[in-house]
Amino acid sequence: MQFTWPILSVLIWLPIVGGVALLVLGDRNIALGRWVALITTAVTFGLSTLLYTNFDATTAGMQFVEKLAWIPAFSAWYSLGVDGIAMPLIILTTFVTPLVVIAAWTVIEKRPAQYFAAFLILEGLMTGVFAATDALLFYVLWEAMLIPMFIIIGVWGGARRVYATLKFFLYTFLGSVLMLVSLIYMYLKTCDAGQCSYAIADFQNLPLALNAQLLIFVAFMVAFAVKVPMWPVHTWLPDAHVEAPTGGSVILAAIMLKMGGYGFLRFSLPITPDASAELDWLIISMSLIAVVYIGFVAIAQKDMKKLIAYSSVAHMGFVTLGSFLAFDLLQVNGDVRGAAMGIDGAMVQMISHGLISGALFFCVGVLYDRVHSREIAAYGGVINTMPIFGAFAVLFAMANSGLPATSGFVGEFLVILASFRADFWYAFLAAVTLILGAAYTLWLVKRVIFGAVANDNVAAMTDLNGREFFVLGILAVAVLLLGVWPAPLLDVMRPTVEHLVQQITVSKL
Amino acid sequence: MTEPVISSLNLATASAEIFMIAAICVILLVDVFLSDRSRWVTYALSLLALAGAAAVTLHLSVTGRVSAFDGTFVADPMGEVLKLFAYGTVAVAFMYSREYLKRAGLFKGEYFILGLVVLLGIMVIISAGSLITVYIGVELMSLALYAMVAFDRDSGVAAESAMKYFVLGAIASGLLLYGFSIIYGMTGTLQLDELAVAVREVGPDKLGLVFGLVFIVAGVAFKFGAVPFHMWVPDVYHGAPTPVTLFIGSAPKIASYALAIRVLAEGLDSMVASWQTMLIALSVLSMIIGNVVAIAQTNLKRMLAYSTISHVGFILLGILAGTPDGYRAAMFYTITYVIMSIGSFAMILLLSRQGFEADRIEDFKGLNRKSPWFAAVMMMLMFSTAGVPPFLGFWAKLAVLAAVVNVELVWLATVAVVLAVVAAFYYLRVIKVMYFDEPTDSVVVDAGGTLRVLLSLNGLAVLVLGIFPGALIDLCARVLP
Repeated sequence: MQFTWPILSVLIWLPIVGGVALLVLGDRNIALGRWVALITTAVTFGLSTLLYTNFDATTAGMQFVEKLAWIPAFSAWYSLGVDGIAMPLIILTTFVTPLVVIAAWTVIEKRPAQYFAAFLILEGLMTGVFAATDALLFYVLWEAMLIPMFIIIGVWGGARRVYATLKFFLYTFLGSVLMLVSLIYMYLKTCDAGQCSYAIADFQNLPLALNAQLLIFVAFMVAFAVKVPMWPVHTWLPDAHVEAPTGGSVILAAIMLKMGGYGFLRFSLPITPDASAELDWLIISMSLIAVVYIGFVAIAQKDMKKLIAYSSVAHMGFVTLGSFLAFDLLQVNGDVRGAAMGIDGAMVQMISHGLISGALFFCVGVLYDRVHSREIAAYGGVINTMPIFGAFAVLFAMANSGLPATSGFVGEFLVILASFRADFWYAFLAAVTLILGAAYTLWLVKRVIFGAVANDNVAAMTDLNGREFFVLGILAVAVLLLGVWPAPLLDVMRPTVEHLVQQITVSKL
Repeated sequence: MTEPVISSLNLATASAEIFMIAAICVILLVDVFLSDRSRWVTYALSLLALAGAAAVTLHLSVTGRVSAFDGTFVADPMGEVLKLFAYGTVAVAFMYSREYLKRAGLFKGEYFILGLVVLLGIMVIISAGSLITVYIGVELMSLALYAMVAFDRDSGVAAESAMKYFVLGAIASGLLLYGFSIIYGMTGTLQLDELAVAVREVGPDKLGLVFGLVFIVAGVAFKFGAVPFHMWVPDVYHGAPTPVTLFIGSAPKIASYALAIRVLAEGLDSMVASWQTMLIALSVLSMIIGNVVAIAQTNLKRMLAYSTISHVGFILLGILAGTPDGYRAAMFYTITYVIMSIGSFAMILLLSRQGFEADRIEDFKGLNRKSPWFAAVMMMLMFSTAGVPPFLGFWAKLAVLAAVVNVELVWLATVAVVLAVVAAFYYLRVIKVMYFDEPTDSVVVDAGGTLRVLLSLNGLAVLVLGIFPGALIDLCARVLP
């Protein structure tokens, strides 16, 4: 059922308006400011659930469509819409942001109003990225999103925050400018065809020669691979994660990384199917390297946030692997079901990783607020002083290593299953993650949570307060729910994924 | 020529220029009789003159191309929009500068009168219908600009940069004139519309024409400040008193754009293949040198000077496309650049106080702590200048890139965007000191109302026009069909 009111616009602009209101309010009355932030994000989440309940899971078309003239000279439209791929990601965004607000409640002491405002504005922009069906609107929001994150890491980050945030900004900016040139190129192609348009759907139907496709594919790949991030362009992520404040890390891991995966599914696959088929070996090898090599790198980390950051890179490898297996499967034996399974797996992995990595960063945040250290060596035996926290941490760690009955299992399992259909060695290498993931996460848990109380700091720690319990509790429920019953997610995606697989089987040459 | 000269004089077409020159004379006379305490009269009269010129221009609004003075002077919609924008820019520059000038003891009539003369030069260039008119306009503007740079008589640095500007500017004018004379020798006409025809007849590849073109392009590049004719830009921007830097960084860019359009796009349009190659070289060099050298600057005025050089590279991208799309994009870029540049320099004026120039990047340290709003304004200006959406600067970059890709120069667009990323670094550094560093002093921002309000509007314009750029783009499209 569609609405008579523009629900997507409300989801985008409500948090932005709330953020601006917070900026105007300033730190004068921060108690009020916090509530403004919480209520805005909570209402946004509440409204976003309407997307799910009213979603028509029988069609692959865009739903809740809005279209307004924006810049006629460039044929750019303010056009929004969601399908089975975008909708879950939007709900993930609106779900995580209120948790970030709650987690930061009294923790942030430096200019709190600006902190909350940055996250609110960021939320609106991120929702917009997933909802935009016009490539220019998508690009504007995609870039604009960097600004609040740049500020968040730079102002509220750790000791090397300036280095980290500049690296984050420049890396991602460099990645996306090449995408801009491709978008312009395709726009001019649509003009040649008679109807100038930046609509993503028109780009998807645009016939393109293989050479052009290859260049466009590479430009897109750079943009999205930096965002995912894929090996070897992942180096900004550990820095950004380590230096960002807890909320920044959570949003970065839970949502921003997903934009890379979303970009591949929305742009690369359907717009350049032939080039993707040509170069899928590249993405698949980069993904497998991420899974295996970065897994080993994660084991060696001494900093908790860095370890989780590397684990994110490894897990996101599954997203890109699942997305591009489709080409291998279709080429080898026209395995449509396998292709759909890979993409399904990639999508579930994105949502699941959003919840789990977000939760893990919250856990680190909880520890950091008490001891002000991220070093693994600074902890030990936390379970003795924080039993409830220990239980949560172990749950999320298990989920991160892909334990069945947690959401982490579903996505990885689907992707591994799909890779079996393509090539035994793909599956073999991908499955290595189950060992490596268990190794680095469980070893982390062993060193931090279990054992005897390591030092006086740990001895003085107090267990979770109500606020922290709430945040971790909700995430735990979500992780378990998605783990035992992923059907609601898979069902809404099915027509879109099937449509996508069908799109990429048709050559555009 | 059979028709009598007098009938094609068509004086009314040049009413705005005539009004302006009359106003300048009146203000000059009035100013002589004013004491320093009542200098505000000059200021008010200057603003009034600008408003009057705007009224005249609007009143005589033309829909097509109207020529006067036997074709040496033209009025067209593009010129009209550029002139109106120039009036606005000069008015804003005057209003931004007033407080600073007062404080520095420089609140004298000369600043305003010379400013109006520069404007008159700009108007003449915009309306030029022949190479001679172009040259008159260029000289009128340049001579007044040299004087403006040296206007703080007690400053040795300013005198030095004025001297440098004058000597190099004179060489450039010479180059321009030399190029004009060769073209005249080859074609036998100075008038731009006749020139366009004559060049086709002579053959655009004729060596003599290309030889002349080289000098013209060099002269134009100097006025723009494009590499390798950029040497004056950092020194003049740095050495001149900040209100003068603000002035030089804004309105004269409109003139440079008009100069390139009138001479290259109108007069020598059939030689596009030749000047396109030259402009590609100038543009790429400007973007590389401008952006890379800007990284090393610690002085904000100098950094903005190098940033100007790189933006000139972008404006040239639009022009070198050689299509109406490209000219429009370049016009849009020029207007956008002026809005951003004038705001950035005004930020320096805002933070300067008695005996203290806030022209080093570190003077912006911790601005977010002292004044969150003006830190936000500067942030918007910097992101916009860097070309990050949703700010205005992004659309300007998009427009020129689209024009370049459209003429199959995808590699050039790629080079440009990669250099835009290099540029982002030094703009981000300004944001870094404002937001991430703590203030080193506790001085509050206490500038006067006009400056605060105008600057706030300037910052908001960058955001609002960035979210709704349609009107401005349409305007450029309408006047350049």
